[in-house]
Amino acid sequence: MSLAMDLASVGPGLQAPELESQKIFRAAAEALAHPGRIVAMQTTASMPAGLHEASGALALSLLDHDTPLWLSPRLAGAASFLRFHTGCPLTERAERAAFAILEAGALRSLADFDNGEDAYPERSATLIVQVERLDDQGGWTLAGPGIKDRAQLRVEGLPAQFAAEWAANAGRFPRGVDLFLSCGGRACGLPRTTRIEA
Amino acid sequence: MRDERFNFAFLDERSKRMIRRALLKAIAIPGYQVPFGSREMPLPYGWGTGGIQVTASVIGPNDVLKVIDQGADDTVNAVNIRRFFQRTTGVAVTERAPEATLIQTRHRIPETPLHERQIIVYQVPVPEPLQRLEPREAETRRMHGLAEYGLMHVKLYEDIARYGHIATTYDYPVMVNGRYLTAPSPIPKFDNPKMNMNPALQLFGAGREKRIYAIPPYTRVESLAFEDHPFEVQRWDAACALCGSRESFLDEVVTDDRGGRLFMCSDTDYCAGRQAAKAAAA
Repeated sequence: MSLAMDLASVGPGLQAPELESQKIFRAAAEALAHPGRIVAMQTTASMPAGLHEASGALALSLLDHDTPLWLSPRLAGAASFLRFHTGCPLTERAERAAFAILEAGALRSLADFDNGEDAYPERSATLIVQVERLDDQGGWTLAGPGIKDRAQLRVEGLPAQFAAEWAANAGRFPRGVDLFLSCGGRACGLPRTTRIEA
Repeated sequence: MRDERFNFAFLDERSKRMIRRALLKAIAIPGYQVPFGSREMPLPYGWGTGGIQVTASVIGPNDVLKVIDQGADDTVNAVNIRRFFQRTTGVAVTERAPEATLIQTRHRIPETPLHERQIIVYQVPVPEPLQRLEPREAETRRMHGLAEYGLMHVKLYEDIARYGHIATTYDYPVMVNGRYLTAPSPIPKFDNPKMNMNPALQLFGAGREKRIYAIPPYTRVESLAFEDHPFEVQRWDAACALCGSRESFLDEVVTDDRGGRLFMCSDTDYCAGRQAAKAAAA
């Protein structure tokens, strides 16, 4: 993907960055603290085509010069927008990214991303995966920290091997990536500790 | 009223973002200490700079803030931190635990059970539970990586060999989600059971030591113990002299120079609530 920015096409970012990013961060923290809970993430920014409202909200709130970003080839059009508004460097090597934004269909192996080290597990990547549908009824049964008993989550668009990939991710604990699943202006969190039971 | 000359909640946006990213990883790895770039704050280390930075990164204009120091809302550390956030954010404050959305605490967990819409932020002086046993960070980091915690069990065993019981009464080490050995901060061990499966999100900030960690809601938190020396909390023979509670954590207060003393609740909000309920019933 080209690193040259096409600024003529870049839309406006957050109108009130300090208050909006606080709100998005709280939604993100709630999503990770209650895996499977679907939270709203809406902002005043005009997201570029292809970038979900919630993916863009997370990126605008959390990215800056310290966080290399990897975009899936189909989301390359969002690069100028994210670079301009956050200053994040782009990387073409997935294993070097602190954050990655990709559509569910582009998800292959979670081991392709930085999984951190046993002594520094927080250095792993955070993935923002854009899915076609999110529903808190039916589908998977989730368990783990943040879930009182069991939670339900139905996700559409992920490849068939995702459950096996997720189990392998858990097997690497304390290493492992953490996920946000975004769908339009809604998102939910899947930290590495969440188990998919069915 | 908010002083508009400061950025919202004092910290600059880039620092908040860095702390927020550390907090998200901390939530994802329960009990693991995430290093962060701790900033200079307008209070000295030891006055809760870690907790203040966490609160500053989390707080929003709609939050209702409660600040306690050893259970009390009216002690100097609590008053100063509350005033700091009133001035830099303009948020509403309360002393009533159930009404707060955000509670910053120094060394107590409120007696009134927390609920899901709450975040509690602990001020932590020493985040590394193994530090007194192994001062080298490279070593403790490796021990956490491998879940190699035999040293802590030896320490507790030595307590038993020497005193006949585990003599640690505060900052009593816990295992979070069966994986990470974690310092609960210097809360009395009386409060340790409240951490287990708590519906609130628990965040910990250590400013001088530059560490942030978290316990998500509904997460297993076990105090270390042995089969023949189970974990036990403090009990008192006395009741609170003000509200009569026998369930809460009591402070001993010397009342005169002739040996007079009384016990009273450390949690001032809980105690005041019980006294008010009693007065209303009378």
